[in-house]
Amino acid sequence: MNRPTRLRASSLGLRHIFRWPLLIGLLNVAGLVSALVGDGWYDALSWLLLGGTLILMIVLLAKRSSD
Amino acid sequence: MTQAAIRRWYLVHKWTSLIATLFLLLLCATGLPLIFMDEIDGWLTPPLPAVPAGARTPTIDDIVASARRAHPSEVPMFLNRDEDEPVYFISTATRPDETDDTRIHTDQYDARSGVRLDRPAINHSVMFTILRLHQGLLLGLPGTLFLGMMGVLLLASLVSGAVVYAPFMRKLAFGTVRKHRSRRIRWLDSHNMIGMTTMAWLTVVGATGVINTLAAPVETLWQNGQLAQMTAAYRHVPPPTRLTSVDAAVRTAQAAAPGMAVRFIAFPGTHFSSRHHYAIFLQGSTPLTARLVKPALVDAGTGRLTGIRELPLYAKALFLSEPLHYGDYGGLPLKIIWALLDIAAMAVLASGLYLWLGRRHVPAQTRLSEIRPAGLPEAEA
Repeated sequence: MNRPTRLRASSLGLRHIFRWPLLIGLLNVAGLVSALVGDGWYDALSWLLLGGTLILMIVLLAKRSSD
Repeated sequence: MTQAAIRRWYLVHKWTSLIATLFLLLLCATGLPLIFMDEIDGWLTPPLPAVPAGARTPTIDDIVASARRAHPSEVPMFLNRDEDEPVYFISTATRPDETDDTRIHTDQYDARSGVRLDRPAINHSVMFTILRLHQGLLLGLPGTLFLGMMGVLLLASLVSGAVVYAPFMRKLAFGTVRKHRSRRIRWLDSHNMIGMTTMAWLTVVGATGVINTLAAPVETLWQNGQLAQMTAAYRHVPPPTRLTSVDAAVRTAQAAAPGMAVRFIAFPGTHFSSRHHYAIFLQGSTPLTARLVKPALVDAGTGRLTGIRELPLYAKALFLSEPLHYGDYGGLPLKIIWALLDIAAMAVLASGLYLWLGRRHVPAQTRLSEIRPAGLPEAEA
């Protein structure tokens, strides 16, 4: 029952678990806002960021896992 | 987190999802064609007729006069110009404050010639019915508010989903989809991966969808708040008997807000103006400022500007929620991406439903080991 050790171990684990989802989420929000504030390059950036998420999803679904 | 806490979050995820899933699937399915509403409407409506020889570009007053002639017993309510085509839309009804859509006539006029266009009314099109279904299950405001609650459940499901995601992933790298285990594991991994990668988009579309369901209350709030304040001095003044030129009112409004274009005009007596005013809603030129309209009230008896204001924050939130919900603000590529993300969302909903339906056939031990994979630190169990 040593609480401090447990908390530290679990927060390190959480950081590891949510690292990628958080990064993807932030890039998606940037993409959503980008097309709203301008046209042209701002739109293109939005396509890149949100389209990139779709490509990542397809790659992960297609990838053969070792498990 | 303790096992009991994980279990509680899991129950939140399960029940919020179960209640909302069928409605959310309906919203995804009806939302898909709505993303392309402009394109589909463009294909379905016949092209504009050629401009007759000697035709003169009509003023807004000409359009209003034509509409009055076409519906002698009615008064104009709203006027706006299409964003894609040189077409004016003008709505008329016997009362300017009519709320029953079936009693409002919306006619279209060619903005190059002033000729009335013989096109089917917008509110009879298939797309309009799909929109009504999407916005409120064809049940009006109660349906809309009900779908808003389903949206709130979606947001709760996303939060709880992210919480229960953590214990699944102690031993797995992000995005792993195990294909050589059971079919159930493959669906579970796909559900988790697609759910987590689309989480930001789903949260934005869900939250803005909820805000959109509050459109009617927000309108009432604005009418009783800012609009009432701006027109307070007129409360006991009889309404004008002769109305001044709408074109002059537009020029007056635009002089007060240089560089802004007219989004739409509300005529005196409607819910978006007062009995004394033309309300000219002005918009900027970027996707952002085009949404953040500014109301300018012009006295319809004297033609003088009564006031021009920024919309209050809650109304701005409503206006910004629309593009972020429908994805119609970044060209056709963004719409296609929006549609694919919508399909991904349906995959998350369907896989979640599959996992729940298949649940009862899975031994209790398997369920537990899915929530708590082997090797979870003893202290947390």
